Amino acid sequence: MKNKFSLLGIIIFLSFCFAVFFKGLNSSNIYSPKVSEKENIPLFEAKDFNSTAYLNSKKIFEEDIFYILNIWASWCAPCRAEHSLLMRLSENQSIKLVGLNYKDNLDNAKKFINELGNPYSQIIVDKDGTLSVEFGAYGVPETFLINKDKKIIRKFIGPINNEIVEEIKLIIK
Amino acid sequence: MLANQIGYYSLVLGLIFSFLICAVSIKDFNTSSKQINQNILSLSFTQLVLIIISFLGLILSFVNSDFSNETVFNNSHTTKPLFYKISGTWGNHEGSLLLWLLVLTLFIFIFLISSREQPKKYRILTLLFQQIIIIGFFLFVLMTSNPFNYLFPIPMEGLGLNPILQDPALAIHPPILYLGYVGTSIIFSSSLAAVTQNYVSKEWGQHIKKWILVSWIFLTIGIMLGSIWAYYELGWGGFWFWDPVENVSLMPWLTLTALLHCILVLEKKTALTSWVVILSITTFTLSMCGTFLVRSGILNSVHTFANDPARGIFILIFLFSLIALSLGIFFFFHKENNKNSNNFFWLSRETSILINNWFMMYFLSVILIGTVYPIFLDVISSEKISVGPPFYHKLIAPFLIPFLLFMSLGPRLKWIKSKIENKNSLILTFVISVMLTFFIIKNLTTDLLFYTVLISTAFFLFFTTLKELFVKRFNNFSQIVAHFGFSLLMLSILFNSILSSEIITNMKVGEKYSYNKGEIFFKKIEERKKSNFNSIIAHFEIKKENGKSIELKPEIRIYNQPNIITSEADIKTTLLEDKFLVMNLVKGNEYFNIRYQVKPFMIWIWISVLLLSLGGLMSLFKRKI
Amino acid sequence: MKILKIFIIMLFLLSFSNLKSNEKSDELKNKILKNVRCLICQGQSVFDSESEFASSIKLIVERKIDEGLQEETIYRFLREKYGDWIIYDPEFTKNTYILWLLPLLLFLIGGAIIYKNSKKNEK
Repeated sequence: MKNKFSLLGIIIFLSFCFAVFFKGLNSSNIYSPKVSEKENIPLFEAKDFNSTAYLNSKKIFEEDIFYILNIWASWCAPCRAEHSLLMRLSENQSIKLVGLNYKDNLDNAKKFINELGNPYSQIIVDKDGTLSVEFGAYGVPETFLINKDKKIIRKFIGPINNEIVEEIKLIIK
Repeated sequence: MLANQIGYYSLVLGLIFSFLICAVSIKDFNTSSKQINQNILSLSFTQLVLIIISFLGLILSFVNSDFSNETVFNNSHTTKPLFYKISGTWGNHEGSLLLWLLVLTLFIFIFLISSREQPKKYRILTLLFQQIIIIGFFLFVLMTSNPFNYLFPIPMEGLGLNPILQDPALAIHPPILYLGYVGTSIIFSSSLAAVTQNYVSKEWGQHIKKWILVSWIFLTIGIMLGSIWAYYELGWGGFWFWDPVENVSLMPWLTLTALLHCILVLEKKTALTSWVVILSITTFTLSMCGTFLVRSGILNSVHTFANDPARGIFILIFLFSLIALSLGIFFFFHKENNKNSNNFFWLSRETSILINNWFMMYFLSVILIGTVYPIFLDVISSEKISVGPPFYHKLIAPFLIPFLLFMSLGPRLKWIKSKIENKNSLILTFVISVMLTFFIIKNLTTDLLFYTVLISTAFFLFFTTLKELFVKRFNNFSQIVAHFGFSLLMLSILFNSILSSEIITNMKVGEKYSYNKGEIFFKKIEERKKSNFNSIIAHFEIKKENGKSIELKPEIRIYNQPNIITSEADIKTTLLEDKFLVMNLVKGNEYFNIRYQVKPFMIWIWISVLLLSLGGLMSLFKRKI
Repeated sequence: MKILKIFIIMLFLLSFSNLKSNEKSDELKNKILKNVRCLICQGQSVFDSESEFASSIKLIVERKIDEGLQEETIYRFLREKYGDWIIYDPEFTKNTYILWLLPLLLFLIGGAIIYKNSKKNEK
């Protein structure tokens, strides 16, 4: 009977909707970018922190080693909090840190480094924020883990913590 | 402290009363008397009073800044002005649920005392179905969203209400919106009751019409208040963003409007019965669905309440249980009862109303699909996409053209069928509309053809309804007022969208910025301290090329609790246009970012919605001839 | 009488045709920026937002327009960096066929139902 068919159809459709909503509730709501496909690091030229020279990305990431790109700024409070963890990471031989100074005043940034220490083998400057966009960054602080094939394998939005440090250490072994 | 206890136990008692009411009603169902047991009325009234007591208890806790109450702690602060302490009661998740319960119990009580001449069993069943909803909400509140949770040790200070929510329009927006939104519960309950009693008829249509009108009027005004708040408070100059929470209030409005049109048929003869029942169920279902989408954390938006999946699961199960119940009842009990169904011919009133419903359902599907599709896509294929304004505009705008045409022609079918002069006058009006539109907008937009056609149809509706207003036919006056209001709404929105202009620039004090129509002069800055914020008020003078100048004073507020900076736009409103100036801080600079917008006809958008509601109000109070 | 009414309304409305500022060069930029979501804001477009992220995006879009890139190319760039979520207009791709077509399909079905019902009742 036509009525029975439409009823069945509606029941199936509604069960489907229920299942979708139920699953949707349980999955995370915060949009974080997919890093399942490993993307290459972008090609760019950036101004050096300590001089007026411009550095090429190929040169910055030239060694056959893991790299971390950390976006930071002197005006960013969480950056202060994560800095000691970055110092710890920089002691590791299998990894080098590259700092990206984001929308900052050079004097304030230099003071920040002098005060809290320099974990970076290289620091580059992103005065207007456009270089961070090339990395697909949202803001600061943000940290990227780059493997030996020059691909970004992890993105960490917000300050890093002990768990993240452990995770990184595991990967770079 | 005491207020919390009283508030909590009133809720518990209220839930017990629900079961009591159900028991007494079921017992009364099969008795031979024609009127329901008076006890049922007293019990319903008491339940209403209990909710009011509970609500007052929460308000008292807010007013006293009683931070032993977790909800007060999360949403208030000692330095909040009194008015906003009170309105903060319903500006949060738990308090707004008390508002749900208040409207649910209030409406069923009013229903009971205003339906005495209706069949007894129908009334009892309506009460029972409504109680199912009420019990569901009681359980939801008491199990997952208790407004009276106790905090110990008692904090000294609260976490503060978001300053953006401290606004008069936002204070009354929830109560009014809920009267409409939650009011559709009565339509739901009574239509289910009517189905089981085979009472979906002309008589029932006449009875339920006023409930539909009341809900519709409140919902219309409630949505308008939300838009007004967004326009005045959010500082972006827009009034509708196709944000999920906005969409969620618009969807029941669309089905309710469709239902309203159908009831115009049903009150005259027993026709369209199945469709009316389906619309009634759908309207409240959409309200519940909206509650789910907004409170469960499954969507994110500016307005969403705190995310809590446990609450989400409860509402989801509740929602689908109600859907299952109503479907079951519909399929089991409903009989096609259409008399006179062979009076259906093409150029008839029923057809116009069906066409209205056709378009309404289309608009509904666009908005519903646009809102929930990202959820489905994410769950099924883990892809995240955005569905924003371009989607809605592209799918809705073209369909407005035939919609407005049908809206102009539908009520005038008698004309079309009868004299030649009337037909010619309609054609003439249409031609004039097109020419007028073309002449006005030909230099203003690149999308000339599309806008010409769209605005012409709006003008056509405008002129045809305007003409009837002057003819002063009291016959269908409420409908003409409402349709005229709608045409004005379309025209205001379209012209506002085409004619609005904006200047964005950075300025510092003392600077002047020249543009082709005039000059903006940043005169000075004032700093002031208020009870819960510091404010920076800038004085701008806008000089137009005709020499006239106006002063605008946008403000930046730095709140202490929570630590937020907001920009308050200064808006000068005239009948012709709004001048809108908002200012933002630029990091580390003496410069300020300025946005100056000229928005023609803004106030006509609000006026036309009021006209629309007025039409509804007139229909409500129309004396039967 | 009617002609007079129309004339008055026309004059009224014509006075507004001059209000619009003609900055065509900014038109494309604004159109794009209104279509890009500010990812660190709550429900604002990059056009409406003054946040750090928004200002970076504005610069990038400006530069790419100056380089002569087409609107679609710019969107593709942003999507590559941030995912589809950053663009408000859902493109018509295999992910979104249902999104765009389902409402239209429902419209046609609705029309068919009405047509069938009126035919059925027209005796």
